[in-house]
Amino acid sequence: MTKNILLVGVGGQGTILASKILTLGLQKANLDVKMSEIHGMSQRGGSVTSHIRYSTEKVYSPVIELGQADVLVAFEKMEALRYLDYLKKDGKVFVNDFEIPGIPITSGQTEYPRGIIEELKKVADTTVIEADAEAEKIGSPKVMNMILLGTIIGSMDLAHIDWDTILAENVKPQFVELNKKAIRRGIELSK
Amino acid sequence: MLKKQLMTGNEAIARGVYEAGVRFAAAYPGTPSTEILENISSYREISAQWSPNEKVALEVAYGASIGGVRSFASMKHVGLNVAADPFFTVAYTGGNAGLVVVTADEPGQHSSQNEQDNRNYARHAKVPMLEPSDSAECKAMTKFAFELSEKYETPVLIRVTTRVCHSKSLVEIEDRKEVPIVPYVKNAQKYVCVPANARVRRREVEKRLDALKEYSNDCPWNFIEDNGKKIGVIASGMAINYAKEVFGADANYLKIGFSFPLPMKLMKKFIEGLDKIYVVEENDPIIEEAVQMLGAGERLFGKFDPTGKHFFPAYGELTSDVLRRTIKGEEIPAREFDRTKIVARPPALCAGCPHRGFFYELGKRKDIIVSGDIGCYTLGYASPYNAMDCNCCMGASVSGANGIQKALDMVEGNKKRVVGVLGDSTFFHSGMTSLLDIVYNRGNAITVILDNRITGMTGHQQNPGTGYTAQGDETKMVNIEAIVKALGIEQIRVIDPNDIKAVREALDWAVSLNEPSVIITRYPCVLKKMSVYDKEEFPTAYKEKCTVDRELCIGCKACLKSGCPAIYIKDKKAEIDPTMCVGCTVCKQICPKAAIKGGQL
Repeated sequence: MTKNILLVGVGGQGTILASKILTLGLQKANLDVKMSEIHGMSQRGGSVTSHIRYSTEKVYSPVIELGQADVLVAFEKMEALRYLDYLKKDGKVFVNDFEIPGIPITSGQTEYPRGIIEELKKVADTTVIEADAEAEKIGSPKVMNMILLGTIIGSMDLAHIDWDTILAENVKPQFVELNKKAIRRGIELSK
Repeated sequence: MLKKQLMTGNEAIARGVYEAGVRFAAAYPGTPSTEILENISSYREISAQWSPNEKVALEVAYGASIGGVRSFASMKHVGLNVAADPFFTVAYTGGNAGLVVVTADEPGQHSSQNEQDNRNYARHAKVPMLEPSDSAECKAMTKFAFELSEKYETPVLIRVTTRVCHSKSLVEIEDRKEVPIVPYVKNAQKYVCVPANARVRRREVEKRLDALKEYSNDCPWNFIEDNGKKIGVIASGMAINYAKEVFGADANYLKIGFSFPLPMKLMKKFIEGLDKIYVVEENDPIIEEAVQMLGAGERLFGKFDPTGKHFFPAYGELTSDVLRRTIKGEEIPAREFDRTKIVARPPALCAGCPHRGFFYELGKRKDIIVSGDIGCYTLGYASPYNAMDCNCCMGASVSGANGIQKALDMVEGNKKRVVGVLGDSTFFHSGMTSLLDIVYNRGNAITVILDNRITGMTGHQQNPGTGYTAQGDETKMVNIEAIVKALGIEQIRVIDPNDIKAVREALDWAVSLNEPSVIITRYPCVLKKMSVYDKEEFPTAYKEKCTVDRELCIGCKACLKSGCPAIYIKDKKAEIDPTMCVGCTVCKQICPKAAIKGGQL
């Protein structure tokens, strides 16, 4: 049975590294993996998405169908709503309680919508992650993405994969420990 | 031992180029093709270069092939329009060593101005084509394409799409196989395309096509998967994956990887005895029309159903949910929630982008029409600048401005001036000839070259103005002023775009002239890794931050008109996000109360 994970956020939030680490881990676990990213204009503050699909059998399409994501992880909370149609009926949302206002908001045309988390909770199995505060506790705001990756690992029962080695191979040596801690914290928060 | 690696399609094509023993590769950056040449550049065995445009890239690769080395060129779909001129004639001559061209198409237009289906180029130019559907095929087909190119003395076109380019899947890594350089022997009858020779080659092309038509039926990239069903699916490229998700083992498949010339005999054999045939292809109904010719009749469902009604969408991606909805009429039950809570998140010029000051001033002017171009600065079109009237393709800013100005000036007493705006890389790409046209044909348009010393939108590729090659070697840094002057422009100003007074004065000056002029705004892209030249010329760039003095701020929101994503309103007064601000001071210059402090200007 193919599992579908959708990571969404805003350019610069580290979704691409998080999905890279995730796919490497899935590969290491001898699963077939496909991943698709749309990031054409992401450096200019647009929204970014990573589709990750894996299975013990062959995976064909790298793109998740509407209504088929097992987990939706939103690095920015409004992005969770934007992509909510991808979530399965009984799928889970992990939402970072974090706001990045886009240009229509910073330029004063409209305001950042209130009540997003409440709206999410009304219609989907939603876990709120204070990834920003948690990252601070660990020692660097930059590991927010690894905390959120940890929530995926925890909720999809992937904790048995050797994430430590993958981190060691893909992250600068001075940041490996911080990232390990962040993933572990994410796993705890997913439960 | 074979090593498996997760790779994007683009990485896999680059790996295929490397393993195929290619020695020369050229490209011009363009989403979604850019990372192909970026990855090739990392192999020192290959001489890899960013050419000023796609036509040059293809021609130089063609030259290298005549010179005797396996050669490669890649480009986005619209890039092949630029390279179409050589492409059609190279198709007649073929090369000496293998020559392979990649076109990266964009069903869904994630990052492009149109959705053209470049499979049409294969038929149009009579060039064989391959369509990989995942990264493993990207690598294998690239290597295969060189064999095919040499065997049939033809360039080979590989068509990929955004989802093939930017999706990752497993690829087996192999070693590079060195291919000897083919000695050059003069053969003017083949390579000099005067009509007498070209007519002979034209006959050769037809013979070659006949042979390839036959071969297509036996080519290992075209094969049937018989599941003993009465429903058949024919698909190529990424579409086969979408179809397999939907039909699974409930259909027979004909997967077409070698898609021009199409395997007509194989297709005929495949559709025999089927009750229903689905042709799944993104964009144009190319396979579908061929299947119809084979007599599929009432059984065929593609872009149209047997009654002639639209079936699969004519445009956009045919992802598996789209197929499911079309075929099974299944609507995905959506959750009911308050969708007004989703605010659009359009791309925006980065905090500190040196285009900001320029577009802030440009957007305020009512006496001009702005002809835009392709690059980050296309965002000058968006709010709050609204500083663009038209934009079409690379280089069209300058020529378009010339034409608009000529038309406006046909009305006596016209006061409106037209400004063509383009970036440094776009100027090198195809702005230079357009500027020459202004000079030669007594045009009167204003040209602004936004020189941020890098090819920005595609993710920072070197260009003739940066002083470095694709492989990081130092090279001559081409001087834009000297080019502009040499083209015959006499009125030139170079300004700092972060200085909005200087921008205003330069625009006033250009509008006041009754002859063509060029303004060059020069400041390195905020995201660029500064070169030694940049550091020398812009020693203070991006070193400081601006802050708001909340005592002085009156909350007038004038600074928001800069469109900077670092500025926001908190408790009715402006705030600047210190993690984003780089101290460009555009907002500080706009503020009527001098409430913004700091920065480099």
